[in-house]
Amino acid sequence: MIGALVRRRARRWALNGAAAVTLGYILTPLVFVTWLAFFRQEIPSFPPEGYSVRWFAAILDQPKFVEGFRMSFQVGVLATFFGLSLGVPAALAVVRHRFAFRMPLSQLLLMPLIVPGVVLGTAMYVFQVEAEKGLDVDVLGTFYALVAGHTVIIIPWVVRLVTASLVGVDRSIEEAAQNLGANAFVTFWRITLPAIRPGIVAGALFGFVTSFGNLEMSLFLVGPGRTTLPIVVLQYLEWKIDPTIAAVSVVQILLIGIAMLITDRYVKLARVV
Amino acid sequence: MAQLDIIGLAKRYGDFHAVRDVSLSIKDGEFLVLLGPSGCGKTTTLRMVAGFIEPTAGHVTIGGTDVTVLPPWKRNAGMVFQNYALFPHLTVNENVAFGLEMRKLPKADIAQRVEETLALVRLSGYGGRLPRQLSGGQQQRVALARALAIHPDVLLLDEPLSNLDAKLRQEVRVEIRELQRKMGLTTVMVTHDQEEALTMADRLVVMSEGSVRQVGSQRDLYERPADRFVAGFVGRSTFLEGTLEAPGRFRTDGGLAVACVGDGAGRAVLSVRPERVAVGPSSVGGPNTGLDNSLPGTVEFVSYLGALIDIHVRLSPSDRMVAQIANRDGAFVPEVGQPIHVGWPASASQVFKE
Repeated sequence: MIGALVRRRARRWALNGAAAVTLGYILTPLVFVTWLAFFRQEIPSFPPEGYSVRWFAAILDQPKFVEGFRMSFQVGVLATFFGLSLGVPAALAVVRHRFAFRMPLSQLLLMPLIVPGVVLGTAMYVFQVEAEKGLDVDVLGTFYALVAGHTVIIIPWVVRLVTASLVGVDRSIEEAAQNLGANAFVTFWRITLPAIRPGIVAGALFGFVTSFGNLEMSLFLVGPGRTTLPIVVLQYLEWKIDPTIAAVSVVQILLIGIAMLITDRYVKLARVV
Repeated sequence: MAQLDIIGLAKRYGDFHAVRDVSLSIKDGEFLVLLGPSGCGKTTTLRMVAGFIEPTAGHVTIGGTDVTVLPPWKRNAGMVFQNYALFPHLTVNENVAFGLEMRKLPKADIAQRVEETLALVRLSGYGGRLPRQLSGGQQQRVALARALAIHPDVLLLDEPLSNLDAKLRQEVRVEIRELQRKMGLTTVMVTHDQEEALTMADRLVVMSEGSVRQVGSQRDLYERPADRFVAGFVGRSTFLEGTLEAPGRFRTDGGLAVACVGDGAGRAVLSVRPERVAVGPSSVGGPNTGLDNSLPGTVEFVSYLGALIDIHVRLSPSDRMVAQIANRDGAFVPEVGQPIHVGWPASASQVFKE
């Protein structure tokens, strides 16, 4: 009896300990970046000589950062829109319909998550060069080509999370709607869509965050004068290592954190992810 | 309300015949129950009537109109689903109003009809709640209200009580039946629960392996089962394998001679309802007892059910009989291993040829 109790308690301690180590491992870089952003000196060194918020003000002094932020935001929003337009119907098809190559297709839709960003970027680059030659219009380096690339990396998130939501939707509620006089379209709009909304919101959020932070693929696709925030950060780091970059990161972390908190108020993310 | 006709309905999935040539006519206001084990095709039949499954052959007409090729939303058949299928994101009011909105009724009429229907199922005052805030029994009543609110031509019930606990199920049975009678609803219910079927139906249909085995009243099915399957599925029967030697004379594979009702000759199976079998310490037959059969045997097993007692008796190495006796004062209750006699009238032993 006592032995079992001790064992159970030991197991719980071991489990909590493992969770704490993992959480610490994930949070440590965030903590250091945040700390660094408030250092007063230009060259990061320990211990800090003092604290200041001047690096946050420094962000606004550099139009590159503001421009990059605006570009990343625009690309992310548009690509998320297109990702949803393609990903939601794809998830519906994969979950709801039986057809040849259904399983291979559903795996294929998740592929962009697995393919390394550099490989994906190279492939996109080659494709866009060929498309430009074949169609005789500007493709490479245009804003919409960049959006198209980002759409590809958003689709897997949308498909995965919407699929997870859809699997949990009871088919009989759709049948009930039809039985009560709703045609296929009304049934989707009034019943299915509200039921998978958590998956759509979560898919959009994760897709947007992935797009916003993407560096490797974007490097291949950006045109002159059109740089996304991660690329601006990279270019800045080539010449300077002052805490401005840390401040930019903190702003990003805060924005994403706030987006998640707001989202979580409407749909419980823990339930879909 | 309207008459519902199912004519030669069939559904095939590849080589598998889910439903074979089912024809039924349900009169205006009748309560028909499709009864059978799982996989017998009863639910497929109901879903073809609702329009969720396209039949391979046959027709469905509601009030004389052929609806076979109409989609579900054009049929005006109210359905109650096994798991209720309430819209989780809509309130009780919105759930019940859904079908009325689809029919484009004026807002005021919708509100009034929702209120009336909820009162009918005794859920007035619950309109603002979400389905998950209701108990199972209340959810079931919302599902019923939602189906009734559209004033359907036919009401379809797919195992509507199977998710309720035993006590509630008994109450809801009566409630549904009373509502159905009061509103004169043409109703088809699917169930595998024979007690439920027997207590609710005007008429029953026993199905097995996609086919209709027998259609009739409770009494028809119990006292005049059409075949061995019905005899075993509705109520309980003891079966003795053997041969019909001559009209009225059956010999079991264990060599016992049994008087029975049945014409012809050949391989057959004899079925006896346990409650028709009498037991006694010595021969129970005789001129004035009405028991044409009296056979010796040994008690193998006694199961005490309270009001009733089941006695399993070994008659021969290959023949075993179950007798069910009422637990009355002075009733003869033998013990395991005791030699006893069992008896039953010829009219209680029905023969099905194989």
